Amino acid sequence: MSEAPVLPLHMRRDGFDPVPELSALREGEGVRRVTTPLGLEAWLVTRFADVREVLGDSERFSNVLHRAVRVPGMEGYTEEELARLRAGNMLACDPPEHTRLRRMLTPEFTVRRMRALEPRVRRIVADHLDAMERGGPPADLVSAFALPVPSLVICELLGVPHTDRGDFQRRTSRMLDLSLSFQERTQAQRESREYMAGLVARAAADPGDDLLGMLVREHGDDLSADELAGIGSLLLLAGHETTANMLALGTLALLRHPVQMALLRKEPERIEAAVEELLRWLSIVHSGAFKVTTTDVEIAGVRIPEGEAVVCVLPAANRDPGLVPDPDRLDITRGGLGHVAFGHGVHHCLGAPLARMELRIAFPALLERFPGLRETGRAPEFRSFHIVYGLNSLEVAW
Amino acid sequence: MVTLRVRADRDVCIGAGMCVLTAEEVFDQDDEGVVVVLMPEPGAGRAEAVGRAVAACPSGALSLEGDQPPVR
Repeated sequence: MSEAPVLPLHMRRDGFDPVPELSALREGEGVRRVTTPLGLEAWLVTRFADVREVLGDSERFSNVLHRAVRVPGMEGYTEEELARLRAGNMLACDPPEHTRLRRMLTPEFTVRRMRALEPRVRRIVADHLDAMERGGPPADLVSAFALPVPSLVICELLGVPHTDRGDFQRRTSRMLDLSLSFQERTQAQRESREYMAGLVARAAADPGDDLLGMLVREHGDDLSADELAGIGSLLLLAGHETTANMLALGTLALLRHPVQMALLRKEPERIEAAVEELLRWLSIVHSGAFKVTTTDVEIAGVRIPEGEAVVCVLPAANRDPGLVPDPDRLDITRGGLGHVAFGHGVHHCLGAPLARMELRIAFPALLERFPGLRETGRAPEFRSFHIVYGLNSLEVAW
Repeated sequence: MVTLRVRADRDVCIGAGMCVLTAEEVFDQDDEGVVVVLMPEPGAGRAEAVGRAVAACPSGALSLEGDQPPVR
């Protein structure tokens, strides 16, 4: 593509905040049809109550987008190729198919299982803080802490060699980068699946105690090799891109709100509420998977015909005064679970308990280790074109 | 006074665990991650937390009978 890419409206931000146009849309008509720069016509849904309604209704709002909507760039692929790229992707299917896949994974992400992982996560966090401290200031918080901690955690959980991280981090980052063409993103997706297929084959020969080993051992007869590769590929991507950016952007948010940060340092028992508030206020996942209407529907008094794409704008919904008063203010003392940063409905983030646990451990450990943590003069680099919002770099000193 | 009762539809549950995080005395997850109600009649003292758990449940698997506490 020769033209400079244009950022879709639902992904536009001013630093931490959704752009004023999105807030105005939420306070105004609530729902609007737009042509995304990808060439796809879609309805943006912006209010909290409407977003919950859409995400909570998988019958009228399907995740099987390809059935009704053609994404520009898809023409060059055969139906068989596209089906292989979707196999095992829980975000591209509805119940009962979705239920079948998700039920295999839920035992691995229970609150109890997450508690059992806590000591190992504390160790990983401490090791990275040690290395940061040894290296001395300044340090890039993204590459020294925010990215490697969740990356190592998901690698150990899945059974992915962490020594491969350079390659798979590059690939997952490309899969999510909308400044690249559909072909480039699909190529990265294909490579990711090929890589994961190799790990699945190894797990099939000698299943370990990790998640891939469990899937092969307990569900090997129900899952195709393509599905196994798809599940592994999605979990690897989701496991580090999201938490990494919450850690980096959340730290910057605290540094830019010194009163809030001081309160959290003084009263660390506030961490659970603080994490929920940061999740709400930052809403790093702009929209989650696009939906397609399976029938004529009405949202916020607007009629949307059958077979149209619907995009839930999570940052706008989480800044709705209908959710919390004075929603644009970061206030770590409120911190309810009611936000939609992890989505809602049957596709609610499978890894949410893992993400919460990692964030509840990592933020306090970072603040405790570096009482003088601060930004240097170098401006942090926001990453705008990624499906997951966040920072490419955040230089800090202490 | 009507007694507060919690119901969980285990076929609808997706195992997100939000209820356990919100009201640990009332909810648990079995080995498959599916919700288990430990305390079907949690009492007025826990009504607020249970109400938040019901409202936060992503799959809509939880419901209340009896006095309705404020949601969210």
